[in-house]
Amino acid sequence: MLSQIPTYILSGMAITIAVTLVALPMGFVLGLTFALLRVYGGKFLSAIMAAYSTIMRGVPPLVLLFVLYFIISGVINLTPFWAGSLALGVVSSGYQLEIIRGALCSVGSTQMTAARAIGMSRAKAVRYIILPQALRLIIPSWSNEASVVLKDSSLVSALGVAEITRKSQLIGASTYKFLLAFLTAALIYFILVFLTNRLLDYVERKTRIPGFSHHSTL
Amino acid sequence: MDKYILEIQNISKRYGGNVILKDISLNVREGDTVVIIGPSGTGKSTLLRCINLLTRIDTGKILLDGKDITTKNVSEDEVRQHVGMVFQNFLLFNHLTALDNVMIGLTKVRKMPANQAKEKAMQELRRVGLADRASHYPGQLSGGQQQRVAIARALAMDPRVMLFDEPTSALDPELIGEVLEVMRKLAEEGMTMLCVTHEMGFAREVADRIIFMEHGVIVEEGPPAELFYRPKFERTREFLWKITELYGKHKDEEKPGDTST
Ligand SMILES: Nc1ncnc2c1ncn2[C@@H]1O[C@H](COP(=O)(O)OP(=O)(O)OP(=O)(O)O)[C@@H](O)[C@H]1O
Ligand SMILES: [Mg+2]
Repeated sequence: MLSQIPTYILSGMAITIAVTLVALPMGFVLGLTFALLRVYGGKFLSAIMAAYSTIMRGVPPLVLLFVLYFIISGVINLTPFWAGSLALGVVSSGYQLEIIRGALCSVGSTQMTAARAIGMSRAKAVRYIILPQALRLIIPSWSNEASVVLKDSSLVSALGVAEITRKSQLIGASTYKFLLAFLTAALIYFILVFLTNRLLDYVERKTRIPGFSHHSTL
Repeated sequence: MDKYILEIQNISKRYGGNVILKDISLNVREGDTVVIIGPSGTGKSTLLRCINLLTRIDTGKILLDGKDITTKNVSEDEVRQHVGMVFQNFLLFNHLTALDNVMIGLTKVRKMPANQAKEKAMQELRRVGLADRASHYPGQLSGGQQQRVAIARALAMDPRVMLFDEPTSALDPELIGEVLEVMRKLAEEGMTMLCVTHEMGFAREVADRIIFMEHGVIVEEGPPAELFYRPKFERTREFLWKITELYGKHKDEEKPGDTST
């Protein structure tokens, strides 16, 4: 009876991971695109991206999730899993935009100048000189954002998606062992976040530029 | 008579209300080494940046090999391949090895095949005496070595003119010599160079002409011996005195404007 609780909750772990694996890369692709527009896109696009980021970061994720869910499901017929994951990706893009923008600025205009001086176009300079350095710089902040998205994936339980949090509610209600159910959920989330951060620490060490110390305040 | 490789004709530049360059004209022949000196804030860097179009001039013209590079329809990227620039703080690409720093312009801008680009890049590294540091990252090189890689990076594009903006002023004294040595060799090989530098020993030995700028105008120009020993203007003499004293490399009898030598 008791052993059935962890088993049941664990069966939601795949969904939790799946939600994260949709939302996080989607937030990255949007965040990267928007950050490039924010920094290099000229006055008009830059202002739009600034507004986008301010709005996305100024609303509670759960509220935004509902708003986006109802917008998305009004336009196309998606399952709650997809609608929820995409909505979380949009929420995350606002934060990732800021992380990447900070890194682009911190790599600095002098690297751009040096690249232009050997005849590179702006686009080539961004691709070959600025981005490879900026993407290395974002790893620590991105690791943090990855754990935020992993934890925020619990929000899609509000849409009825049967991930860890939702399953804990269900099994808690049917067994009246709410505390045990949510402690189990907490432990699973913690382990997932912990492993994600360790993995990204490893990536950070592996991609570190030899001899280079960048004193950034990201 | 040699043709001019670079013709700067009456250029002006202002930032907001401040006029930085006032009606500057200057011609440079192929193979010439021109040293530009002058007080801080005078517009020396701005002049160099105008020549490789990192800064756009307001009025006037700049001709490279007889072709106006300051008109609208000229591709900046194309021009910059022919004008090498070396910066005070090196500005190597931090994430690339010395070899890749020199190679990247060849592969990504000139679209040279990798093996050919690598060969040429190694050749440029040898030229600055750093073939054995090819696989080092900028952070693993001394300032002097970084600056020499930066020179190799510019040379790799086969520039018509090299611009140096205070290439040794960010270096520890003991590292200055190796960079000046490379520049001296380039001058001997016939490279056309415009150098902003206050290394007067280098200027006297290597320069064909020294240009003294102040407040956005060329106050005086001439061969080193003339400027050093027979400056026309009191300001030139004062400035030369000041920097020779500051850099403290010269014996008293060599002080500029002193005709007793
Ligand atoms: N992008 C810019 N915007 C506004 N003013 C500028 C800009 N770049 C340079 N200036 C101004 O132009 C003037 C000349 O600058 P420049 O860097 O060309 O002088 P410099 O002779 O190279 O001085 P230094 O010996 O200190 O390097 C300075 O007063 C500087 O403040
Ligand atoms: Mg300067």
